[in-house]
Amino acid sequence: MDVKASDGVAHPSEHDPDERGHFGRYGGRFVPEALIAALDELSVFYQKARADPDFLDELDRLQRDYTGRPSPLTDVPKLGEHAGGARILLKREDLNHTGSHKINNVLGQALLTKRMGKKRVIAETGAGQHGVATATACALLGLECVVYMGEVDTERQALNVARMRLLGATVIPVKTGSRTLKDAINEALRDWVTNVDETHYLLGTVAGPHPFPAMVRDFHRVIGMEARAQVLERVGRLPDAVAACVGGGSNAIGIFHAFIDDPGVRLVGFEPGGDGVETGRHGATLSEGSPGALHGAMSYLLQDEDGQTAESHSISAGLDYPGVGPEHALLKDLGRAEYTPVTDAEAMEAFALLCRTEGIIPAIESAHAIAGALRLGRELGPDAVILVNLSGRGDKDVDTAARWFGMIEGESAAEASGTAIAESDLSRGPTQDEPSPAGADTGAVQR
Amino acid sequence: MSAVEDLFAGTRAEGRAALVGYLPAGYPSVDGSVELLSAMVEGGCDLLEIGVPYSDPVMDGPTIQAAADTALRAGFRLRDVFTVVERVAAAGGRAMVMTYYNPVLRYGVDAFARDFASAGGLGLITPDLIPDEADEWLAASDAHGLDRTFLVAPSSSEERIESTARASRGFLYATSTMGVTGARDAVASAAPELVERCRRHTALAIGVGLGVRSAAQAAEVASFADGVIVGSAFVTAAERAGARGVRDLAAELAAGARGGATVGA
Ligand SMILES: Cc1ncc(COP(=O)(O)O)c(C=O)c1O
Repeated sequence: MDVKASDGVAHPSEHDPDERGHFGRYGGRFVPEALIAALDELSVFYQKARADPDFLDELDRLQRDYTGRPSPLTDVPKLGEHAGGARILLKREDLNHTGSHKINNVLGQALLTKRMGKKRVIAETGAGQHGVATATACALLGLECVVYMGEVDTERQALNVARMRLLGATVIPVKTGSRTLKDAINEALRDWVTNVDETHYLLGTVAGPHPFPAMVRDFHRVIGMEARAQVLERVGRLPDAVAACVGGGSNAIGIFHAFIDDPGVRLVGFEPGGDGVETGRHGATLSEGSPGALHGAMSYLLQDEDGQTAESHSISAGLDYPGVGPEHALLKDLGRAEYTPVTDAEAMEAFALLCRTEGIIPAIESAHAIAGALRLGRELGPDAVILVNLSGRGDKDVDTAARWFGMIEGESAAEASGTAIAESDLSRGPTQDEPSPAGADTGAVQR
Repeated sequence: MSAVEDLFAGTRAEGRAALVGYLPAGYPSVDGSVELLSAMVEGGCDLLEIGVPYSDPVMDGPTIQAAADTALRAGFRLRDVFTVVERVAAAGGRAMVMTYYNPVLRYGVDAFARDFASAGGLGLITPDLIPDEADEWLAASDAHGLDRTFLVAPSSSEERIESTARASRGFLYATSTMGVTGARDAVASAAPELVERCRRHTALAIGVGLGVRSAAQAAEVASFADGVIVGSAFVTAAERAGARGVRDLAAELAAGARGGATVGA
């Protein structure tokens, strides 16, 4: 495979926004004037760096020797048996150093930070994966690192808080608003406005003001470029569908992008359905939201009648966000990608299934994509080839999952907050396997 | 000349700076905010900057965030801002509204401009909307005869100061420091320089905000700017001593804005 990690950066996409960062009516810059100079500076440095062989070589070297790219493609036939017999291929971003796709973007931006001569990096994080990746790159490159994280998330992703601190980062729990990712971004933006001269805001997803959505995407395009070549080599044809979870949208855009001009390939993003969209407790921004401006860009968002941002809900901290990147908003409006919710219960069922059938513990975020692939397989049938972005690994989620499944000592499944893995569920073969209605809690004890 | 330009022409003619006082609508309740804003006018605020409480106020520090939160929790609805403007205007106050862009977008930019103008509002101050993205608002403000204040910052380039001033009408808002709202002990040294840079590009009145809380600071700002903008300090005064608190603070700051004749503080 001759894909280089820097290819997505070196070769401009055919689907770039206009020069002011607009993807159709979305994107742009809805930020205080005080940040415009820093955003302009970032755009200039990024454009220079992507044409500079030294920058590209350095990124390639780190992505190979430090991240461990290219990430493998794994056939998961036993999981496929639960997906109508479809062939499922996992793009293993979970095997990257630090445990998720987030490192791709972080290394790129950290190298840019050095070039801009800035010494301090701030970041927001939800699941903690972006925070851990940022803390890691800052340790490697000798940068000061401050990570904002909603207080709710510091509790449910405590392992990652400890990891960041071990790596030398300062983690600041954010106690305002819903105390999750949205509020962590607010605090990071306030810090940036105040300290912009010496600070780079290393944004962790394809949202925010221009140039972040396009630049972060470019750093992640390697995922789809590698996967496209790997699937062609392995299967001899393109996949029928590509599945990814969508929080802010970085892992999804990273894998989708290489297939945008392949009209036969369905691109499907799975959003956090929380307790079910009908309950109002979810984070399915594209499926259920409407256009508006949040965190620096025009895109879809969850909002009330007055334009106040609604609180999102998801078992997955990394998807628990009422906004989404602007390029996804455009892909949705164009009908080039589809977005659909997966409930907490459905994601956790897929989580358990991947653990037991293939020996892979996914991040709960990525479990939403697995659940989506199960649905797609049942819909498309046994001849289908489905590529899934396994965006991260589940070490950080072990506590949440153990509680959900009632595996904590002294807590019975009934007392536990979630569903139990019923034995019948585990022994259930493909022949017994009924297509699962969207959001249904098949075979598991209802909460 | 627009309504706000007229106001600044008046204060300039008197050889003083205008005092611009900020308070969120609906804080601590809709009626309560009308009372507070009216007291601010009585105390000497020349212009009111009525804030629209918003869930994600990224330009605001803790004081104003908390006040906006209080208003939202008390049930503030966007349409209440028109009620507040109408009642304050009826009591003789001159009112602009400071709002993040999304509530306006959601209401409909033209509809918001229309309803705001008919309530007697003079214009909008838009902290997260730059002229580059403001086509709809530029058209709506023209159509409904509203002023529009965009912000410039110490980090703004000459070109951006020029284009931002050109898009503004009423007055131009110079943020004195890099940062969010919140009272500070000292007026940043960047402020006079920024105002001077602005003057090279525009004849518009220039208001300076972010951090002012005392008569001495108001006098200092008045020595180089046309408007002294005060926010967090009014919120704190309202918290501590209600209408009397904001009236007294307005009187003190107004004295400062008059050139510091009575500044002993
Ligand atoms: C493993 C993993 N996948 C997905 C996400 C969601 O982010 P995005 O939608 O930007 O890929 C996160 C965010 O924390 C994550 O940690």
